[in-house]
Amino acid sequence: MAKAKRSKGREYSADRITFLAFSYTVITLLTIACLIPFLMIISSSFTSERSILIYGYSLWPRDFSLESYRLSLANPNVILRAYWNTIVVTVVGTVFGVFVNSMAGYVLTRKDFPWRNLFAYFFFFTTLFSGGLVPYFILVSNTLGLRNNLLALILPGAVSVWNMLLVKGFMSGIPFEITESAKMDGAGDFTVYLRFIMPLAKPVIATIALFSALAFWNDWFNTMLFITDERLFTLQYFLQRLLSSVRNIRAIMDEAGVDIPTLPVQSMKMSLTIIVTGPIIFLYPFIQRYFIQGLTLGSVKG
Amino acid sequence: MIARSFKTAVRCRTLFLMLLPAFVLVIVFSYIPMAGIAMAFQQFRYGHGFFGSPWVGLANFRFFFSSGMAWRVTRNTFLYNIAFLILNTTVQITVAIMISEIGSKWFKRVTQTCLLLPHFISWVVVSSMAYGLFNFENGLINNTLAVFGGNPIDVYGNPRAWIFILPLVNLWKAVGFGSIIYMAAIAGLDAELKDSAEVDGANIFQRIWHITLPGIIPTILILTLLAIGQIFRGNFQLFFQMVGDNGLLLPTTDIIDTYVFRSLRFTPELGMPAAAGLYQSAMSFVTIMLTNYLVRCVDKDYALF
Repeated sequence: MAKAKRSKGREYSADRITFLAFSYTVITLLTIACLIPFLMIISSSFTSERSILIYGYSLWPRDFSLESYRLSLANPNVILRAYWNTIVVTVVGTVFGVFVNSMAGYVLTRKDFPWRNLFAYFFFFTTLFSGGLVPYFILVSNTLGLRNNLLALILPGAVSVWNMLLVKGFMSGIPFEITESAKMDGAGDFTVYLRFIMPLAKPVIATIALFSALAFWNDWFNTMLFITDERLFTLQYFLQRLLSSVRNIRAIMDEAGVDIPTLPVQSMKMSLTIIVTGPIIFLYPFIQRYFIQGLTLGSVKG
Repeated sequence: MIARSFKTAVRCRTLFLMLLPAFVLVIVFSYIPMAGIAMAFQQFRYGHGFFGSPWVGLANFRFFFSSGMAWRVTRNTFLYNIAFLILNTTVQITVAIMISEIGSKWFKRVTQTCLLLPHFISWVVVSSMAYGLFNFENGLINNTLAVFGGNPIDVYGNPRAWIFILPLVNLWKAVGFGSIIYMAAIAGLDAELKDSAEVDGANIFQRIWHITLPGIIPTILILTLLAIGQIFRGNFQLFFQMVGDNGLLLPTTDIIDTYVFRSLRFTPELGMPAAAGLYQSAMSFVTIMLTNYLVRCVDKDYALF
């Protein structure tokens, strides 16, 4: 250990080697700990029910079987419907939310808008105080009558004050002269925002789009509160119901006309989890880079 | 004076229009529910609505506090959040420092990607994983224990186990996200300072202690302040998905948010959960204002607002 290793002409001292060896070990172990649950659901979804009942869930399929997928997909319409609802909510919610938040964020940076601090505080205050769940629930479901309406899943999450402030922070870095000269050339405020500011703000727009898409995709709480009609269930809530009760899995089988005395419930729980999570895991390698960039962006701007 | 601001308003009409969608949505979904906290002083019934329900003064609060629930859920919410804050911050900073010191680009990228992965899945999926790991009959952990001759643990029947499980699960989901923020802060530090410390013969531990850590204190402070401001707001998704309605576990796992939700779902009497919600909002508000005020007194630059 005491012997110094040379790399790139730089001397590695003993304390450095000790620290690095320790770091590599700790980080590797943590990474494995992060991956084990994923490995477990993947492996168990491909394991026969009998094997799970005898040996339990495992990290490697002891007895490979596609039975649970065959049964989970026996009634694909239910799953496709949940997918469709989730995609609609995510796409509409994200596009609408990014538009609303970025537009408001831009106005809050305008030096020639005298009420910008007042409005900023008006938005910011909602992060300090809230009415709580009960009035919110009564408002959306009874007063606005959005029960069993996908708008109940889109509208409440559309405005995110944090995203708005993130946009504001980024756009404050864009020189005001750009707005000024564009207006001098006769462009209206909205045109300035859309044509001149938005292209320059692409990094922050991508970031808030990603944040909000993730939030919409993974939401189950609003569905649980406001949706009782099975045809409007979103993916995560659909999965939650299947996980919470065997009865719900059986109901889907009955609808599909599959009649088997004992459902492979343990392996089906895992294959249904995979079916619901699949696209995110598949997309993850492509989007995580932008996500990390966005996080870095946010922390630098404070 | 008025004429001039009217003129400015006319000049800014497009800007007002551009603020309008966000303004309306915030009024509807944030400010109107704030007015709805008046429900906390009512014996609210669906049938009568907000304007038809009778006023009962502080009866809902009296019930909430005398039932013993207020103490239990406040204690749990507070203590879990403290545990989350300490555990997450420590591990995230440690991971960030370690990954920052590691030279291999490839190793950095791969581990970062893996550590962030849990952030991307929903809490429903996390609960499915937890079931796979912890359940008594086929859980991975109990099976592994059995292989090594240990006794299986029934965590779903053991309230004390969750005092450890919940912070760990929460850490599992949060470790990547937080450490990336700290890594960004470390990357922004002055590299020259680090090099000159090395030239001056500081070993790696001294360098981390005297240069890296002090350098990221602003980031640590901001994130800690934000967390302290939320100390009476529980992570509903975590607690609900991990524990659900398992009554056996509630003494150690019931937080204000899950309590309010359960009351909303299972009782026709909504004044009571509304009172608990108002209590929570008031506590949060006071905590945020107080923390911010104290920080302002010490050092204005670190205050949140």
